[in-house]
Amino acid sequence: MYKYDEYDHSIVAARVEEFRDQVNRRLAGQITEDQFKPLRLMNGLYLQLHAYMLRVAVPYGTLNATQMRMLAHIARKYDRDYGHFTTRQNIQYNWIKLEDAPDILAELATVEMHAIQTSGNCIRNISSDQYAGAAADELTDPRPWAELLRQWSTFHPEFSYLPRKFKIAVIAADEDRAAMRLHDIGLQIVERDGQHGVAVYVGGGMGRTPMIAPLIKDFVPFDDFVSYMEACLRVYNRYGRRDNMYKARIKILVHEIGADKYRQEVEAEFAQVKKLGIDPPRAEFDRIAAQFVDPAFEAGLSDEIDRSDPDFAVWLDQQVVAHKQPGYAIVNISLKPIGGIPGDASSAQIDVMADLAERYSFDELRVTHAQNIVLPHVRKADLYAVWQTLREAELADANLDLISDIIACPGLDYCSLANARSIPVAQKIATRFADLGRQRELGELKLKISGCINACGHHHAGHIGILGVDRKGVENYQLSFGGSGAEDVSLAQITGPGFSEDGVVDAVEKATNVYLAQRTQGERFVDTYRRIGMAPFKEAIYG
Amino acid sequence: MAELRYRDDAAHDEPAVTLDAFLGQSNATAVRLESSDDARALLPHLDRLSLVEVSFPKFRDGRGYSAGRILREAGYTGELRAQGDVLVDQIPLMRRCGFDSFAPEAPVDEAVLAASLARYDHVYQGAADAAEPVWKKRHGQRG
Repeated sequence: MYKYDEYDHSIVAARVEEFRDQVNRRLAGQITEDQFKPLRLMNGLYLQLHAYMLRVAVPYGTLNATQMRMLAHIARKYDRDYGHFTTRQNIQYNWIKLEDAPDILAELATVEMHAIQTSGNCIRNISSDQYAGAAADELTDPRPWAELLRQWSTFHPEFSYLPRKFKIAVIAADEDRAAMRLHDIGLQIVERDGQHGVAVYVGGGMGRTPMIAPLIKDFVPFDDFVSYMEACLRVYNRYGRRDNMYKARIKILVHEIGADKYRQEVEAEFAQVKKLGIDPPRAEFDRIAAQFVDPAFEAGLSDEIDRSDPDFAVWLDQQVVAHKQPGYAIVNISLKPIGGIPGDASSAQIDVMADLAERYSFDELRVTHAQNIVLPHVRKADLYAVWQTLREAELADANLDLISDIIACPGLDYCSLANARSIPVAQKIATRFADLGRQRELGELKLKISGCINACGHHHAGHIGILGVDRKGVENYQLSFGGSGAEDVSLAQITGPGFSEDGVVDAVEKATNVYLAQRTQGERFVDTYRRIGMAPFKEAIYG
Repeated sequence: MAELRYRDDAAHDEPAVTLDAFLGQSNATAVRLESSDDARALLPHLDRLSLVEVSFPKFRDGRGYSAGRILREAGYTGELRAQGDVLVDQIPLMRRCGFDSFAPEAPVDEAVLAASLARYDHVYQGAADAAEPVWKKRHGQRG
């Protein structure tokens, strides 16, 4: 885990005071709401339907137990005793009072956390692979690169008023667990001639115009990394559209001028920027990387797991994945109980997860973009004890990547942008498929729901995607199939006319029946869809 | 005239001309860039410029931050003025992008600005000002 030094502490503390001053000026009427808005947004504070929402950054999704307990404390003291983990690996609180926000930031700062740039037209929280540092398949831990970007992008003077928000993801494995190519910039750490560098993809995104990022540069060595990012952002800041906020993301720029022209512009800018000496030295990378070294794994542990408890065995098979270290495993904690709100956790549950991390996972937790929590480093011998504790806290659902492991945005229940509710649809689908045996029979099936065209629920990347729209004052749900945010990245295609809330649940069920009837050995839902196409599904749904 | 100026030389009073007018006449020493103008068009002429005024038509329009840095990176040392919808909380960022005078449309509370400019002891990244990024403070020089 990255530990703040005196400089990091000083910057975050100054930010708390700056925001306190801004809030005071707003409360005193010295600045208008219109002028205050970009200031509060750059600190993750949104005015929502019922209250302020505060989004707290969890850089690249990594937390320790002390930080996790602070998240529970904030939920308890300033909110309604729960928090909502988001698709950007952050947490947000839905019932915050403006006058409390500076105190919350001050409390967060005591555990090296903040809400900097969790909103606004700036570079947002850097996301990464939730299995970083634990995955058997990674080239290296991507988090030192992500931390380097966190620091470079924090209060970047040139890039705080971009045309639109800007999201960067960093991965270091071929299996993409972070939807890398659906980001404004997606980075994959690769090796060339024994050196690590990044492959740079630019111009992906979801929203109302989903795009898969094209490859802009196949290898940028560490020594040029920050300069190259600076060049990528400067070209966007200068030429990104500002006439229409719906066309302001970098994906539109890259699409309109073409990847080749964008690359030329970046290369020309890079040639200038590289002379400035803004790339940190390798010693700085080494300083950061030293804080992400492996914990003190025990050697010679057994890989045997006692599977005699059948309920435990079900959970084990679904929620636990391979670790790079013999005798250890990665545990996924589901925040998707049947009928619950995807990504929500109570203060008590957050505390339980913190305790488990401290006791069994070298004091580390991760937030996933699929709105679950990970204990990255658990001894196999401890899995049963972990499961028992999770079960007592109602955190032992065994539905990772199954149809009830739904990504959903907050929707019209909370969000001022939404056109339709997302949460009730997620709850109804999960309830329809509540039987775990049935879910397991359906296998990996990523279902994602957004309550408006902004696509915070990643519906374009769902094997099954659902988009809520408002049709003449009535909520209507459009269904799509075939998306993926993983290494087989693709954009979902819409099935046809939309459905009522209950109608879309029925349509999803019919689609799964088509899959069960048509699949060949080993095919997932999305594989069958890709092989047989939309027609058989349409026939079943609309026929 | 700039309301806020962070330079020791005498204020430059020649009215700024448009970029097109500047490129068409050889004797102007002050130019105004609209946010859609390409700052690089000025690079061959930096020696004879005393004032570049960059327009910020809306506080959300951040193109001028890049224009400022591009001019400073190319060695421009004259007055660099931010004019328009320039808010007090943006001035510290603009200072880091090389702006050294400000003509905000709405008056700026100078006490708030002074506190704001003094607030951060450290910065994470290099820019057009003299502030050392923290990585340099951590490691001495690039090594």
